[in-house]
Amino acid sequence: MADAPQIPDEAEVRARWGGFAWTAENAEQAKKVIARYPEGRQQSAVMPLLDLAQRQVGAETNTQGWLPIPVIEYVAAQLDMPFMRAYEVATFYTMYNLAPVGRFHVQVCGTTPCMLRGSDDVLDACYKRGLKKGATTADGLFTLTEVECLGACANAPMVQINDDNYEDLTFESMSAILDDLAAGKQPKIGPQVDRQTSAPEGGPTATKAMVTENHDYRGEW
Amino acid sequence: MADETPAAPAPFVGPLEDKDRIFTNVHGYQDWRVDAAMQRGDWDNTKKLLEIGQDGIIDIMKASGLRGRGGAGFPTGMKWSFMPKESKDGRPSFLVINADESEPGSCKDREIIRHDPHKLIEGALVAGFAMRARAAYIYIRGEFIYEAKVLFAAVEEAYAKGFIGKNACGSGYDFDVFVHRGAGAYICGEETAQIESLEGKKGQPRLKPPFPAGAGLYGCPTTVNNVESIAVAPTILRRGAAWFSSFGRENNRGTKLFQVSGHVNKPCVIEESMSIPFRELIDRHCGGIRGGWDNLLAVIPGGSSVPLVPAAEIMDAPMDFDGLRALGSGLGTAAVIVMDKSTDIVRAIARLSYFYKHESCGQCTPCREGTGWMWRVMERLVTGDADPEEIDMLFQVTKQVEGHTICALGDAAAWPIQGLIRHFRPEIERRIAAKRGGAPVLEAAE
Repeated sequence: MADAPQIPDEAEVRARWGGFAWTAENAEQAKKVIARYPEGRQQSAVMPLLDLAQRQVGAETNTQGWLPIPVIEYVAAQLDMPFMRAYEVATFYTMYNLAPVGRFHVQVCGTTPCMLRGSDDVLDACYKRGLKKGATTADGLFTLTEVECLGACANAPMVQINDDNYEDLTFESMSAILDDLAAGKQPKIGPQVDRQTSAPEGGPTATKAMVTENHDYRGEW
Repeated sequence: MADETPAAPAPFVGPLEDKDRIFTNVHGYQDWRVDAAMQRGDWDNTKKLLEIGQDGIIDIMKASGLRGRGGAGFPTGMKWSFMPKESKDGRPSFLVINADESEPGSCKDREIIRHDPHKLIEGALVAGFAMRARAAYIYIRGEFIYEAKVLFAAVEEAYAKGFIGKNACGSGYDFDVFVHRGAGAYICGEETAQIESLEGKKGQPRLKPPFPAGAGLYGCPTTVNNVESIAVAPTILRRGAAWFSSFGRENNRGTKLFQVSGHVNKPCVIEESMSIPFRELIDRHCGGIRGGWDNLLAVIPGGSSVPLVPAAEIMDAPMDFDGLRALGSGLGTAAVIVMDKSTDIVRAIARLSYFYKHESCGQCTPCREGTGWMWRVMERLVTGDADPEEIDMLFQVTKQVEGHTICALGDAAAWPIQGLIRHFRPEIERRIAAKRGGAPVLEAAE
């Protein structure tokens, strides 16, 4: 468990985050989220609200965000559920960060479909830049995590950095993406080779009419 | 003896014509928004589909032969028919749509959601109507961040057009569609874990019975269906059960999104006829095997949970439920992971063992302890740092995990290892022998 998150000192965290409250915009959003579930079932909103809270923490710290204990308490209180029930959820799901992360959370998929197509090279590109699994770089820019299948296997290998997917990677293209991010530039999102989403490289083998027009096939039924 | 009855016509097993593809915008060349989707035929007089009536819709779905696209292949129409026809105690019914696509190799629901979301939402309405549900919750995996944005927006479009909500499509039926994002847990693809997660809890599977159709979400009757099963429903209703069942072999009907990854020249997601031969699928859409067909080592034909199939057996096999079951594997989600001869096959399976160790929810002891145990042994088999007897011991442990857990994750963790030992035992033994300086394995005990 050496790469388990090091949960920060509680006194410091309380001093910093004890007064957490929604921004006006997020308070509105939280209300909308809770309204999706039947009355008395507001606990269902715990996952979206934890995500919203993590994003707000991220916006305040200019990182991908994480969930300090007082923030989880705040969400639990709003939903009228015991803190422990909310904490359980925060620890069960991998997308909730229990410790601070960097500006960019580099999540390299290492599961077999990506491994077969070179996720080792993608990880090497990260290591070469000084990233270490489970750690944040000294400049606070990158946190590296090897994650399990992110569901883009036809575009393997891939990485998710904060909210964006970068697909069909090589050592070179991954290095270029990290360079761009470090330089404050936005790399091209999606496939890094000449390819339309998950169509075969070089052009589609079916429904070719769709390439140039929004074709309605009903006339051919 | 001469047979008087004419032979049944050979089943259609591909290639599919463009006019028979359901997901025409699967690669996102065109806009996903409602106006473009309507131009392609979505939401075209959906009211008329609802006028077929609840039982009529279920009958068509049964006749179409559609089997659930989430992996288990349970007949979809029959599943819908398990829902109560009337609420005796005032409990509403729910439809939950499983978009927690997390099976290694699977990436089809993502394409449906980001490029053809209105097929899914229209499907939610007709399916929800047929099973008399009050609302649908679409549970989308948390990592599909862009896809969830599209889906939220598409649902809002459908509300704005009056397609869902009060008096959906002018049918007099009230139906809501909500989107719920997960947060990174493979196990939430299991239907009862998904229901727990929707209720705001850890995603740990429930014991069955009671089955969700009796007591599911919030204790109400619930059906959980895969995205693809729901999204094909409107087209089946429009074109008829006979059209859909004209593709594929008996008991394996319809069209299917195949997701080909690994060592093919051009990996892709492609809709094809069920039962298409493996070779045709790869040659037609994926540019062949990397290095040619002689370079093929093995294939995992249905996502990480099914056992691998060696090259010689899969090459001309039909890609469907029964054809792959006959090879000791399964169609699963039709996530085809291709491995050529450059593959470190033991490491490839060991990495899957790590996946299952990581994703075990921790509820049942055989799975919680077994997945870690199996992974640690697999890691030693990768380097050959093991005793030959441990191969049998590992196989035995997989048998002790399999079938002894609440959900199928234990089985899913066991099967890839069983497939490896069944087909590649000599390779494992070779590594152990090599590690021991080439001493023959069977005489290794001093």
